[in-house]
Amino acid sequence: MTTVFGVPLQALFSQVLVGLINGSFYALLSLGLAIIFGLLNIVNFAHGAFYMLGALGAWLLLEHLGIGYWPALIISPLIVGLFGALIERTMLKRIRGLDPIYGLLLTFGLALVIQGVARNYFGVSGEPYDMPPQLTGGKNLGFMFLPNYRAWVVLVSVLLCTLTWFVTERTRLGSYLRAATENPLLVQAFGINVPRLITLTYGLGVGLAALAGVMAAPIYRVSPLMGSDLIIVVFAVVVIGGMGSIFGSILTGFALGVIEGLTKVYYPEASSTVVFVIMAIVLMVKPAGLFGRTA
Amino acid sequence: MRIASRVLALACLLPLAALAQGKVVKIGVLNDQSGLYTDLGGPGSVVAAKMAAEEFGNKVAGMPIEIVTADHQNKPDIASSIATKWIDVDGVDAILDVPNSGCALAVAKVVADKNKVFINSGAATSNLTGKNCTPNTVHWTYDTWALANGTGKEVVRAGGKTWFFLTADYEFGKQLEKDTRAVVEANGGKVLGAVLHPLNASDFSSFLLQAQSSKANIIGLANAGGDTINSIKAASEFGIVAGGQKLAGLLVFITDVHSLGLKAANGLQLTSAFYWDHDDKTRAWAKKFAARHNGKMPSMVQAGVYAGVLHYLKAIQALKSKDDGKAVVAKMKELPTDDPLFGKGTIRTDGRKIHPMYLFEVKKPAESKGPWDYYKLIREIPADQAFRPLSQGDCPLVTAKK
Repeated sequence: MTTVFGVPLQALFSQVLVGLINGSFYALLSLGLAIIFGLLNIVNFAHGAFYMLGALGAWLLLEHLGIGYWPALIISPLIVGLFGALIERTMLKRIRGLDPIYGLLLTFGLALVIQGVARNYFGVSGEPYDMPPQLTGGKNLGFMFLPNYRAWVVLVSVLLCTLTWFVTERTRLGSYLRAATENPLLVQAFGINVPRLITLTYGLGVGLAALAGVMAAPIYRVSPLMGSDLIIVVFAVVVIGGMGSIFGSILTGFALGVIEGLTKVYYPEASSTVVFVIMAIVLMVKPAGLFGRTA
Repeated sequence: MRIASRVLALACLLPLAALAQGKVVKIGVLNDQSGLYTDLGGPGSVVAAKMAAEEFGNKVAGMPIEIVTADHQNKPDIASSIATKWIDVDGVDAILDVPNSGCALAVAKVVADKNKVFINSGAATSNLTGKNCTPNTVHWTYDTWALANGTGKEVVRAGGKTWFFLTADYEFGKQLEKDTRAVVEANGGKVLGAVLHPLNASDFSSFLLQAQSSKANIIGLANAGGDTINSIKAASEFGIVAGGQKLAGLLVFITDVHSLGLKAANGLQLTSAFYWDHDDKTRAWAKKFAARHNGKMPSMVQAGVYAGVLHYLKAIQALKSKDDGKAVVAKMKELPTDDPLFGKGTIRTDGRKIHPMYLFEVKKPAESKGPWDYYKLIREIPADQAFRPLSQGDCPLVTAKK
């Protein structure tokens, strides 16, 4: 059997695929972060908490209203997105134009509050959330068994990433958005409601995080700490990709998933640190990140 | 007016006088109050300790009992600095629970240096009563040796001859793997490999694929809490169980099973020192506990805290004093233990509490009558076989006696 550095090629293939699956979560989450930072200049530390709220929302919908996975995939991000918009309206709006550090502190505090409240009611072990019956099982690809649900996650992630990139970079709405961040006064003068645009953008970014949460619920478990475990890695992804670069964060999300997956084969002890090592190296060589436009 | 002020003055003096003589029995529950081990110990352990104190009317040998609590955040340095402050400044007499083997070993050292009492329920490492044993430590509920012996031996006996380990990369995981490895090999099994994963890893599919390609019959999960839960979920998703390999959870708590759901967890074999639905006494206590803890049933760790406090208070009652930690622990070892949760037992010279362990299998969804009805008993491991023989632990207290 062919081997690469002592690992059979087959095993290597499966690890790359698993890495891609994890990468699609990183991509989905860092996408929302990149939008919020790129367009609103807010370092959204509450992103992990919104991701958790998305999953928790899906669980609550099922547990108390009997609403299953498919409707929850839309309803939960919608509710969490609205909640995000409300937070933008009532809190983040007031610190607009100040140093980004204020936004960072505010969202960090929010994350702690949201997580603390959730922990108080739901404990830390988490609650089980069943996979939708249509997506259980899997296919044998010859070199590995690919669960259908994981394939679904990759598919959704790629679709959403493409869609978001397309909307912000190639449509009129996207051009308004980008213009509004460059020069809000001028855009407002053209008759566009800039504050509403900003609220909607924040809501969208938060909704994306919640959607990733619903996608993650059947794989992991719905637990109040699920966001805080992930958010630091996602931040590293955004930093490596270049703060604010949407394309950059999507690409780095997938790439880092693969690198992390390979580390788990060759030197598993380092798998939780490899992302940060890469971050440090990238910051030394290109302080603006791989795809960042400004320093 | 004068009488009132005198009464007031007296009332002010009373607690001061009590403090000055140190005549309060202060019990500190030190555990994870916010992280991954919160549900298996956490605030529930505090409830358990309070229930034990209440059985004594919150008073022992004329001294009121006070219970304090703190969060060690699973960091050994924080654990030992809280323990030091508790003993030096706050006058804490006994420290209870302390899950996380790293934290437990750190606290054991502090408590021994300061001659107080350490009754561990939450941590797993068998080193607490092995090479790191002290005359001030009692290890109540379970340890890595007992878990390995229970699950490991039974699984090999049932035909699981080849093993691959998924091991949490810290003291506890490595110790659990080492102890299980020894049991597996002693019973004619073979270990094909192991992979160390970081504590609190989010995704286990990479590690499980490695376990899968090892072609071992059994994948031993030498991890705990959320890590075990995620391993089991990913294993069922990636068709590992369907492919003929079996999982052996080496440390699974009832709170983990609750979180996994029976659909993912059924068929899993595990070793536990306590199950709430064991007999009338455990059921009665568990009902009282659940009423005070959001309807959640007690884990074996919480049960161990209750029983540990109870026995500690009995020793103080017999001794009429609480100041000399070594003397209190010696008394605890001298008195036979007897409580509604673990039944009759003893504490050995090395600090190991001895009671039967139980091998359970998680029920299928159809067999369960409702939430928390999760285990069926496979085998009781008698007390004299459940724990590591005294002579094999390398505890200095034992070797010094010879």
